[in-house]
Amino acid sequence: MTPNTLGGGFADEARDAAFAFRACLDVMARPGRIGTLRGAVPPPPLSVAAGTLLLTLCDAQTPVWLGASIDNPMIRNWIAFHTGAPVTTSKSEAQFALGRWPDLHPIFDFSMGTPEYPDRSATLIVEQDNLAPEGTVLSGPGIREVTHLSLPETDAFQQNAALYPQGLDFYFTARDRIAALPRSTKVEAA
Amino acid sequence: MTNDAQYNFAYLDEQTKRMIRRAILKGVAIPGYQVPFASREMPMPYGWGTGGVQVSAAVLTPDDTFKVIDQGADDTTNAVSIRRFFQKTAGVAVTERTSEASVIQTRHRIPEEPLREDQILVYQVPIPEPLRFLEPRESETRKMHSLQEYGLMHVKLYEDITRHGQIATSYAYPVRVEGRYVMDPSPIPKFDNPKLEMDAIQLFGAGREQRIYAIPPHTSVASLDFDDHPFDPAKADHPCVLCGTEESYLDEVITDDEGGRMFVCSDTDFCRSRQSHSEARR
Repeated sequence: MTPNTLGGGFADEARDAAFAFRACLDVMARPGRIGTLRGAVPPPPLSVAAGTLLLTLCDAQTPVWLGASIDNPMIRNWIAFHTGAPVTTSKSEAQFALGRWPDLHPIFDFSMGTPEYPDRSATLIVEQDNLAPEGTVLSGPGIREVTHLSLPETDAFQQNAALYPQGLDFYFTARDRIAALPRSTKVEAA
Repeated sequence: MTNDAQYNFAYLDEQTKRMIRRAILKGVAIPGYQVPFASREMPMPYGWGTGGVQVSAAVLTPDDTFKVIDQGADDTTNAVSIRRFFQKTAGVAVTERTSEASVIQTRHRIPEEPLREDQILVYQVPIPEPLRFLEPRESETRKMHSLQEYGLMHVKLYEDITRHGQIATSYAYPVRVEGRYVMDPSPIPKFDNPKLEMDAIQLFGAGREQRIYAIPPHTSVASLDFDDHPFDPAKADHPCVLCGTEESYLDEVITDDEGGRMFVCSDTDFCRSRQSHSEARR
């Protein structure tokens, strides 16, 4: 184990997590908005935003699935030490999935919830190099008219929105930036 | 006052807050859908807003300014005790002014002053299931929501019309969120229903019933009605005797035992700021 898997957690857990959650809530309630999420310093190649998100939302009750480009012993140790979340290889069991977009395919193997309990669905954390308010056109709850976000593709998100109220929810992270795309958002190619 | 040694920030332990936070985020992603959560016992009885308190505890940061209203008033027992609870356990600033608050916990009213996008409104909810009095079984109401089987609710409203000539439901008036889920807006007067489409995030917590739900900003919220009986957000047909407004929701106050009564704003902050404005102008 390298020393930095023990470091990089929240300095003041309760308060750091509270600020981090507000950033997560703000972007989920306003799809396409790009917010700032800091607090944790995870080992590479994980971004600050993705690491902070894991520390804010994951614990022993939330199985986490790791994409191939993210998965390494340091990341596993860091997640285990700071959150206690079990790492799973079963997509259908995962409550959170973390990876770059190609890692996560096929995304519909993750749990989409049931008609009676659509909340029992996975949240996917997609690591990107950049986030920009341009490209794909978003509309729906949380958006005044339309907004734009640089999504990795359009089709998968349209299919996901068509499953509403079932479906997956997404966070996109790049460095200390974060944006969200809940299943309720309608997605159109720019 | 700091109580760091005795309490975790905002009273609840971190694992509980994470569980509530995950439920809130799923609620935001599925507007109007009731997310089950493992409600905790709080140091106050059910019916005093344990659901709202747990949501507030999960949402508050040390930088927030917190306001609590009970039927529009900041100075009733329920409002004062919840405000003091978070003053003590989270050390947050508190206010009675709607415009100064970043998080507002409410029992049964929406403030008259329009809320901004940097504010969060937390509702205390007694019975989150709008279909509960029509169908007591949770397994059945879950199925009805999944199939959008809302005919029963329309029959109930229609029975009101046949019996009273109008829809007699005056509070907890059911709404349809984003054309999908029928939702109980908590027992707010139907006068407040049009305000449910707002710029702020709205979170609903039901402690005893263990449900959390949400309405993100700019979400369509339609009060159920009929083409020939459109929704009417009625209020008492009087001005407020204290501030003179004809726009706000009014409480009827009995002043003696000979039928004397007066109508005053239910939103105390709205009324007070209007009164001080008109005094300043004099």
